[in-house]
Amino acid sequence: MTTITINEKQHSFNGIDPTMPLLWALRDHAGIQGVKYGCGVGQCGACTVWLDGFAVRSCQLPVGTLDGRSITTVEGLAGNALHPVQQAWIDHDVAQCGYCQAGQIMSAAALLERNPSPSDDEIDAAMAGNLCRCGTYVRIKSAIKAASGAMTASALFYNAMEAEEVSA
Amino acid sequence: MNQPSNPIANTDRRDFLKISLGLALCSSGSISMMSLASAEASGTLNAYVSINADGSVTIYGPNPEVGQGVNTSLPMIVAEELDAKWDDVRCEAAPVQQQYGMQFAGGSLSIPMRWDEMRKVGATAKEMLCRAAATQWGVPRKELTTADSMVLHSRSGKAAHYKDLVAAASLLSVPDEADVRLKAPEQYRLLGQRISNASAEGIATGEPIFGIDAQVDGMVYASFVKCPSIGGVAKSANLEVIKALPGIIDAFILDGTPGPYNFNIRESYAIQSGVAIVGKDTWSTFKARETLKVDWDLSTASRDDSDAIEAEALAALAAGKVETEIERAGDVGAAFASAAMTADATYSTDFVSHAQLEPQGVVVSAATSAIEVWTSSQTPVFVTSNLVKLLDVTPGNITVHQLRGGGGFGRRLSNEYIYEAALISRRVGAPVKLQWKREDDMAFDYFRAPTYYRLQGAVSTDGQLTGWKNLVASASADGKTANYGAGYRPYDFPGKVIPNVAIEQSFVKSQTPTGAWRAPISNVYAFAEQSFIAELAHTAGQDHRDFLLSAIGDKGWIKEGDMASLNTARARATIEAVTKAAGWGRTLPEGHGLGLAFFLSHSGHIAEVAEVSVEGKRITVHDVWVAADVGQVVNLSGLENQLQGSVIDGLSSMAAQSISIKKGAVVQSNYDSYPLLRMPQSPRVHVLALNSGYRPTGAGEPALPPLAPAVCNAVFNACGERIRALPISKAGFTIV
Repeated sequence: MTTITINEKQHSFNGIDPTMPLLWALRDHAGIQGVKYGCGVGQCGACTVWLDGFAVRSCQLPVGTLDGRSITTVEGLAGNALHPVQQAWIDHDVAQCGYCQAGQIMSAAALLERNPSPSDDEIDAAMAGNLCRCGTYVRIKSAIKAASGAMTASALFYNAMEAEEVSA
Repeated sequence: MNQPSNPIANTDRRDFLKISLGLALCSSGSISMMSLASAEASGTLNAYVSINADGSVTIYGPNPEVGQGVNTSLPMIVAEELDAKWDDVRCEAAPVQQQYGMQFAGGSLSIPMRWDEMRKVGATAKEMLCRAAATQWGVPRKELTTADSMVLHSRSGKAAHYKDLVAAASLLSVPDEADVRLKAPEQYRLLGQRISNASAEGIATGEPIFGIDAQVDGMVYASFVKCPSIGGVAKSANLEVIKALPGIIDAFILDGTPGPYNFNIRESYAIQSGVAIVGKDTWSTFKARETLKVDWDLSTASRDDSDAIEAEALAALAAGKVETEIERAGDVGAAFASAAMTADATYSTDFVSHAQLEPQGVVVSAATSAIEVWTSSQTPVFVTSNLVKLLDVTPGNITVHQLRGGGGFGRRLSNEYIYEAALISRRVGAPVKLQWKREDDMAFDYFRAPTYYRLQGAVSTDGQLTGWKNLVASASADGKTANYGAGYRPYDFPGKVIPNVAIEQSFVKSQTPTGAWRAPISNVYAFAEQSFIAELAHTAGQDHRDFLLSAIGDKGWIKEGDMASLNTARARATIEAVTKAAGWGRTLPEGHGLGLAFFLSHSGHIAEVAEVSVEGKRITVHDVWVAADVGQVVNLSGLENQLQGSVIDGLSSMAAQSISIKKGAVVQSNYDSYPLLRMPQSPRVHVLALNSGYRPTGAGEPALPPLAPAVCNAVFNACGERIRALPISKAGFTIV
């Protein structure tokens, strides 16, 4: 049995092939379908999830190796409100077909968690593993910049609030 | 295999539009509108519009959504005429039913074929709400106005929300069409605005809305293994070994149906023979394929070799081998004899795959006589009639659900995977989710056909393009007619514009199935034509833009009122707008070049300019400007998205995408051997949506064809090397 924390809930996989990629374990056995099958060989990024906070290709991770690890999918990205990246994707009307976008969002959000103000080149480098045949790269880039602005502004705001509390 | 008898291929696009429109108008006039006459009060005003108790308005989008935005734009047209408050509109996919007419997504036709119908649907519903209010308040109908889902009577100050009027309105008879007034464009409040995709939040939060996400109770999973060489037949397989593998429920040979396995999307339910593996989850069936051994009978299989096809085509062009004449005007011989300058160049293109991100997949329940299908097909309208033939059932027992498609581009026009799943489901007696692997999707595609052109041009002593010859070498299964997408369409330019024109054709044998790939024929022909125009301009010592404008001329509409026809004023406006925006003629940095192209396809007049720089064989595409006239803008955000996407997709396909065939089998298998453009390679894209006010036409396809010639013309201007074959990787170029 393999027990994985998925979107902050424990999920046990019983009696399934331990070599099954996490992608298919999530889709067929955990009811998590935001994660998408595109290539199965780690080339397209449609299956991107977070493993302990890092963006990974779930089609390349045998589920049997993940006991005790923590997975976040696009379904678990929002807190009380949408994640700033999700909100930016809606505001910038990024999606065309939308099939690759859960993976794009997970890569973008992982980038901004570590680098809240990425340069164009840093965005390119972080997003190079996610394919989109509809060609939404132009809008993905603007949405990431908007989300970066929102996250930076919000961080500044909360830092300022905390500073005020401390000084009070 | 690929036979000529293809109802859609053999139907001119305009006829297809007329047929489609006929059906659509028929449905709005006689079926969906009739459902208005209701015996009981309800929130439903017609087959497309329901007004809910909470004040929200449900509008059904009839056509499949595959990323072209129609499940937002079609409801927008209804909402505009209905004066529904957009924030309260819920866009839903319509069920697949006869009353919704031609439920398909292809040919960039959804908007033009639904434009009148959607407007009338909204305006008729609004008229009924107004009549209900007029009766309730005892005031004349003509004193009422509407806005934001409200009927207003300014003289008395009375106002009512649609939700409070719909019950009474639903009991009224349908107003005469003559009593229903449509808005004038200057009255539009919603059309032309930037509206986010109706499913934007569902997509961003991972809601299970795609074809691949369908699930039903008791469902089993299936994989289907066909012969790599198209048309090969499964004789035997190690089925007992497969059945003993963990997670496997059953394995069997499916005989398939007799071919041809051609792109006949209306009539054909043909499926190839293969081995079905049924399991308790997707992975078990995929893994079992590694153990599967099949003995294939190759006697009926394709023996195509793409290198041989290319060699034969180029030899035919070099020899001037003409088998049929497609088009002739004026005296071509005289134009070339009296020319001040002539040019002669050969262009070639390869097979390409669709490679949409969602591989084919479907859920079909055919275990009982009640058949149910959950699919992201682009042609759900054709599923029922073919299942009737395949399964020998009655149409009334078949229900088709349309789900969002993870990219279409023509790939989902063919439904053979649905028919495979139906046979597997019937055999195992349970609902089946059939999932094609990416490798299946690439191997069994209906590819963009390779096409080859020998172009010759004559420029007169006064610098005018007066003569044009085009010998087209087309892939053909029977040696007499072009396979789907491999032919030539008699375009208004140059055929109806240049005075002396000869378009001729030669055939090269090919059994590989081809089909509709975003902007069929235009997607390869535009590359040849618009590159060659630039070659002629250069050889004649003229500015490319001036030469192109002069060649297009000023005849106005070539066929007045036919939206698919060339309008030289619309063409000129896009070329002038795009060159102005790009700064045509400005001094460029060292190693940079600007390239221009114009093309009309799918009724869209589109001009594009690319700015590139070239270092050795490494091309950087810095910026692309697109000027598009697709008539009245419906959803500006959706239009801009399609234009940006077409540029990226065009660059993706021209860069390094090529399908090679050896012994009838596809060599490439996945994105590692068949690359899509990645973000670091993609340019800035600047969009100019020219709202010309003509009837709106589709935007999914027409912006792709001009991209490759614009980039190749820019490369020539940057480094002096003329690229005459796609993908450009064949000449050693890469996009960085």
